[in-house]
Amino acid sequence: MEDLLSLFVKSIFVENMALAFLLGMCTFLAVSKKVDTAMGLGIAVTFVQAITVPANNLVYNHLLRAGALSWAGYPDVDLSFLGLISYIGVVAAIVQILEMFLDKFVPSLYNALGIFLPLITVNCAIMGGSLFMVERDYNFSQSVVYGVGSGAGWALAIVALAGIREKMNYSDVPAGLKGLGITFITGGLMAIVFMAFAGIQL
Amino acid sequence: MKTKELLLDPIVKNNPIALQVLGICSALAVTSQMKQALIMGLAVSLVTGVSSAMVSVMRNFIPNSIRIIVQMTIIASAVIVADQLLKAYVYDVAKQMSVYVGLIITNCIVMGRTEGFAMKNKPFASFIDGIGNGLGYTCMLLAVAFIRELFGSGKLFGYSVLPLTTEGGWYQSNGLLLLPACSFFIIGCMIWLLRTFRPEQVEKE
Repeated sequence: MEDLLSLFVKSIFVENMALAFLLGMCTFLAVSKKVDTAMGLGIAVTFVQAITVPANNLVYNHLLRAGALSWAGYPDVDLSFLGLISYIGVVAAIVQILEMFLDKFVPSLYNALGIFLPLITVNCAIMGGSLFMVERDYNFSQSVVYGVGSGAGWALAIVALAGIREKMNYSDVPAGLKGLGITFITGGLMAIVFMAFAGIQL
Repeated sequence: MKTKELLLDPIVKNNPIALQVLGICSALAVTSQMKQALIMGLAVSLVTGVSSAMVSVMRNFIPNSIRIIVQMTIIASAVIVADQLLKAYVYDVAKQMSVYVGLIITNCIVMGRTEGFAMKNKPFASFIDGIGNGLGYTCMLLAVAFIRELFGSGKLFGYSVLPLTTEGGWYQSNGLLLLPACSFFIIGCMIWLLRTFRPEQVEKE
């Protein structure tokens, strides 16, 4: 139980998806103009991440890894080279199902997330989460915790950046740096701040 | 458009990272060494070229409603080939880049070219366009990696250029440049520079 808790804290702060591994940057920089939309996207990413990482964990452990197909009578088959295409397929399918499900049963959340839901398929934080899970060989319960934690960490980062950008509207930025340029620099400063967590031993 | 224009335009005039702001994730993460940046750039060029050509061959048979998932499958297949090639020939570098090779799938440059160009053009032109955009991306990656590796660890492609004080030389390395955060600053400043020379790109309030 204790190691799960420390994994959770670690995946939010120490190994923050956006600011330590620089994943999901495109949306991180593009959709952080307002706190409200950033919050909606953050929740959507956390949600999808919490489902896809465990789902890919099951796919990897029971279908792809060397010897995983022994239950079907093929103990020598190693399909791990099919990993990438399977994970992206799982991600795309889950996002699609989630979209239809929310549309039917929770229309209020569906309307709040709007365009962001389908865009999540191509967010590298989601794919990256699944790839890290495979690389570090997490078991099922660890992958659930890691999925929720890394999603929450990404959400935290984008909401914080959106907050800073809202305040930044009042400052006088040099013409060439306006918009994207200054957002990059802000992101860099935030990444340095988050490095302070790197020294924490759990 | 001519082949030469297709190949060379994205490198200088219409660079995917600097102007279209696509594919930033990997640009920030794999640029601490020239070698990694070069291999990543070549892998992306190859994947973009091959998947553009494949999508273009199939473009008249792909139903419009499922085109995204079809493109995704083609791109993922190309990335698997690239991943296996890297693991077979440059295992050390592939290990260092860890998940970022797999993340070429979600790199917006690849998807942007298949969706924006290959769906409307012939296979050969699409292939050249894909390679050209990949090379534009490679150039940007190499430029960032050049600054980071030279001033961060005094080396270029792993060869010592500025001898470090720790090894008896005169150059005190700047450790900040090796941190991922630093690539934010470098790209931010590059955008600033670019927009100073091309004021029409400055964003309006």
